[in-house]
Amino acid sequence: MVQNVSGESSARTFRVPRLSLKHREALEAWLFVSPIVTGFLIFFVGPLVAVVFYSMTEWNLLTQQATFVGMRNYVDALTQNPDFWHVIRNSLIFAAGLVPLNMALALCLALALSRPFLGVVFFRTIFFAPVITSAVAWAIVWKFLLQGENGFVNQMLAIIGIDGPNWLRDPNWAMVAVIFTRVIKMVGLNMILYIAALQSVPRDYEEAARLEGASGWQIFWSITWPLLAPTTLVIMIITMIGSFKVFDHIYLMTNGGPENGTLVLAFYIYEQGFKFFNTGYASALAMIMFVIVLVLTILQLLLRRKEAS
Amino acid sequence: MTLSPHRLHVLNRICWTLALAALAIPFIFPFLWMISSGFKTPAEIFGQPSLIPAVWRWQNFVDVFTYQPFARQYFNSLYIALVVTALTLVVSSLAGYALARMRFAGAGLLMVFLLSALMVPEEVTIIPNFFLMRWLGLMDTHMPLILLPVFGPHGIMATFLMRQYFLALPKEVEEAGKMDGLSRFGIWWLIALPMSRPALAAVAIITFLFSWNLFLEPLIFVSSLNLFTLPLALNNFNDPYGLPLWNLQLAATSLAVVPILGIYLIAQRQIIESFAMSGVKG
Repeated sequence: MVQNVSGESSARTFRVPRLSLKHREALEAWLFVSPIVTGFLIFFVGPLVAVVFYSMTEWNLLTQQATFVGMRNYVDALTQNPDFWHVIRNSLIFAAGLVPLNMALALCLALALSRPFLGVVFFRTIFFAPVITSAVAWAIVWKFLLQGENGFVNQMLAIIGIDGPNWLRDPNWAMVAVIFTRVIKMVGLNMILYIAALQSVPRDYEEAARLEGASGWQIFWSITWPLLAPTTLVIMIITMIGSFKVFDHIYLMTNGGPENGTLVLAFYIYEQGFKFFNTGYASALAMIMFVIVLVLTILQLLLRRKEAS
Repeated sequence: MTLSPHRLHVLNRICWTLALAALAIPFIFPFLWMISSGFKTPAEIFGQPSLIPAVWRWQNFVDVFTYQPFARQYFNSLYIALVVTALTLVVSSLAGYALARMRFAGAGLLMVFLLSALMVPEEVTIIPNFFLMRWLGLMDTHMPLILLPVFGPHGIMATFLMRQYFLALPKEVEEAGKMDGLSRFGIWWLIALPMSRPALAAVAIITFLFSWNLFLEPLIFVSSLNLFTLPLALNNFNDPYGLPLWNLQLAATSLAVVPILGIYLIAQRQIIESFAMSGVKG
């Protein structure tokens, strides 16, 4: 960072040839962006290039050093290792549960909280509070609430005669519990994005429809919902990408268990890379995650373009 | 008996509010239960559930600090978040200003380059970054926790947020500054920045929280208890068998969460708006 800004070269050249206004502006602009560009190259672009190479090597605790193996890690993941498809399946189940639930709840909350009434700020504040809370704190508290025998949730269920499962240790329930607590944690973010979108919807249409005698449902489906479509699309992709990246929540609540029932892609990368030190294989997994997110993003851009035209 | 329209409206309103209140329980109750359990004795933790502890065990909040260097860990989180926020503000507002206002060769390409970073998850670059930090001798230091957020996707997002805001500012004031002989740097510092307080506040808020809540990076780069940040420390109140000491864990979690919640309650409008601003990027 420092080398960039100072440099004997600029000190020497600065006085001799007078820079044209255009060149001077360009030089200044590059000085302005130089901190982020330098850091970005070192800590982001470099590693991104490196991970491509890593992914084509065999490199683990046994080999100690990297040997080039071409596409073998990818072939291993896609055809040999049964864990991989299990992990992808888990990630898809997680996304398929989280995305619709999150978006439906976010939209309902936004519809209820987009107009002023007594207590609207109070409710918005509550529904958004988990978003600013650390994932660790959230996971600790919910782990405590969801314990099998003495957990508060099960104690409450017992009152109405339900014998609750050991939520986070039961292979049938762990994924449900993880999805539910994640939705509660993150839904506030989508809620405020929907509220912002709803508040920019012109009220005239709605008033006119109401005067024509349209019901609330009709107004929603024929006016509000179509106007929200661009927002819905953006939120859907952001939420989908977020669900593929989920790591801390899984690490803290279930550690991938029980019986690998909540072993999702980001957690699998961490486990392979930093617990088992399969650097080559973990890098191939990271590349696969990169491609998934890339496809989702491009899909979003294409759909938005279609929407615009 | 038929209800008058006004009565019907009021009834309707009450029903809605009750429904919302019921829905709010899983959002608000964990916080209340966390604080309450932080005061309980280990025996009561597993006993009859009650929101008000039968015995208030203040000792929990003393034990939290003797079990591990919790004060030190708390300070680590605080100073790292402040440094990351300050650096991000400088770096992103400098770059954001150049991208919004200055013409230079390669600007378009640079934009595309930076934008593409927004879609790469940290998990993708974390493995090479691990080896980079080891090579630089920065393992088990706080440097990775400062460098990666500032220059990673979060810093880029902040840059675009700043750029977006600078673009919307009126150019005339800056032109006047130029007439008065201010340098580019002077215009940025004396004119553009003071006019962008809302954007700077938004970047500061989301960056502080981003750093404060960071988990994957500390987990990978830091191993000494003294260097732990709060997210690592909170997860570390366990008995010798690795089972959580719930009353300590929840007391410590309360200590970490309640100040942030307090600030949030005071400045909720500003904080929510900051997230809305960063969410509708691009």
